[in-house]
Amino acid sequence: MSKTSSFSAWAPSATLDTLKARALLMRELRGFFFDRDVLEVDVPLLSRATVTDPNIESIQAICNQEPVFLQTSPEFFLKRLLSAGVGSLYYLGKAFRDGEAGRRHNPEFTMLEWYRVGWTAEELMNEVAALLRVVLGAMPVTTKRYGQVFLEALGVNPHEQDSIRLLASLKAVAKEKLSVSFDDNDPNVWMELLFSHCIEPNLKGITLIYDFPASQAALAKIDRNDHGEPVACRFEAYVDGIELANGYWELTDSQEQARRFEKDLHRRQSTGAYLPPVDKHLLHALQAGMPECAGVALGVDRLLMLKRGVKNIADVVAFDFSRC
Amino acid sequence: MASFSTNDFRGGLKVMLDGDPCSILENEYVKPGKGQAFNRVKLRNLATGRVLERTFKSGDSLEGADVMDQEMEYLYNDGEFWHFMDPASYEQHAADAKAVGDAHKWLKEQDVCTVTLYNGSPLAIAPPNHVELEIVETDPGLKGDTAQGGNKPATLSTGAVVKVPLFMSVGEVIRVDTRTGEYLGRANK
Repeated sequence: MSKTSSFSAWAPSATLDTLKARALLMRELRGFFFDRDVLEVDVPLLSRATVTDPNIESIQAICNQEPVFLQTSPEFFLKRLLSAGVGSLYYLGKAFRDGEAGRRHNPEFTMLEWYRVGWTAEELMNEVAALLRVVLGAMPVTTKRYGQVFLEALGVNPHEQDSIRLLASLKAVAKEKLSVSFDDNDPNVWMELLFSHCIEPNLKGITLIYDFPASQAALAKIDRNDHGEPVACRFEAYVDGIELANGYWELTDSQEQARRFEKDLHRRQSTGAYLPPVDKHLLHALQAGMPECAGVALGVDRLLMLKRGVKNIADVVAFDFSRC
Repeated sequence: MASFSTNDFRGGLKVMLDGDPCSILENEYVKPGKGQAFNRVKLRNLATGRVLERTFKSGDSLEGADVMDQEMEYLYNDGEFWHFMDPASYEQHAADAKAVGDAHKWLKEQDVCTVTLYNGSPLAIAPPNHVELEIVETDPGLKGDTAQGGNKPATLSTGAVVKVPLFMSVGEVIRVDTRTGEYLGRANK
């Protein structure tokens, strides 16, 4: 999505009908949480700290002569509110991610993120499915473990503990199924490649995938599955092959959180990527004590794409980035 | 040549892949919310004409290919090469059988073709979409069959064989769609 300077680019990229559907959707989402007594909070988009995830880039700005970052999700601010005892809460608003542009990506997008105090990932998954059925109508819901789906589709156990064997099997399957132009020694790159290319497009209806590989835990707790293998208490929701939401049984241990930040920064350093300032406020909030909770973030533009049956994110936002 | 990152990949961009010049057809950005970003790219190999799909890590790059399409007049075939001329510069280019491929059966002298030049040499030839060619061989025309739908094979002056209506006969000039090999009608004289 590069910039366009053609004359017609002054006009919105969404139709009036879609803009109306968008307004209605926002009302519907707020109604859903109002009925369930979840508090809407409006948190800042500008922060001096930002996400360390090696696969997510923040947009930098200058404010009062200081570098600041447009938030890639409201997560850190919401967790600080949770630690302050606000209780179950949600944010419905903008988030920004640098470099993300395509049919399903716009660098500026609308995110719905909510946290349920005292809930586990399983309980929150049910609520995600309920919300999707309210918005999209009655659709079949399938719930499956990541390991099971991966094994069925590709014949590889993604929780294999011997990382050399895992890497070899993943590369072999990728070579058989796809034509790729790169090599990598990180099994996660191959799992993400295979999942996004060979599994995700075939997930019909509402599909909830849970128990991700422990190496893809991000900010989720790590637990063990029935086979004693470590798994991330993380889930993703897909609708008709489109990734819609990512949720966790949230990590509450500040020391473990600090280690994950460090690990991210190490990985960033090894690839020469930007080293963002770590959010100390979040670490302090976890030290002060964040209640046990489950949280999830959902892409609202994609939800509207599904509701409207359109294939391009530009069709559901007033002005896509090429017109800005 | 410049190199292009996956962000620059757009339909029509010419890049080098596995040593062959390719034209980008589609570029889809695929990124899990948490995880590596990829670009799933469809390309046409300009040397073989085949369409292939390749996945890149976002941010990876490819060398540009020195490829351009030029309209040229077909002059003649010397038994080994097909000769084309740039009508602006009068510069001539010789294309071998590999570059001409299946296009040879549609090439009529003085017709304007699209010649794809790679590093200055013909890599591929595309004949005009519609050509007018003379029937040199076919079964005799059947009178009274004009209303019937049937057809028969006819050999054209270039060697191409196309299906024509039963009433057509040797010496007539017909219009053919070179993309499908279909008979379109009698040529307007």
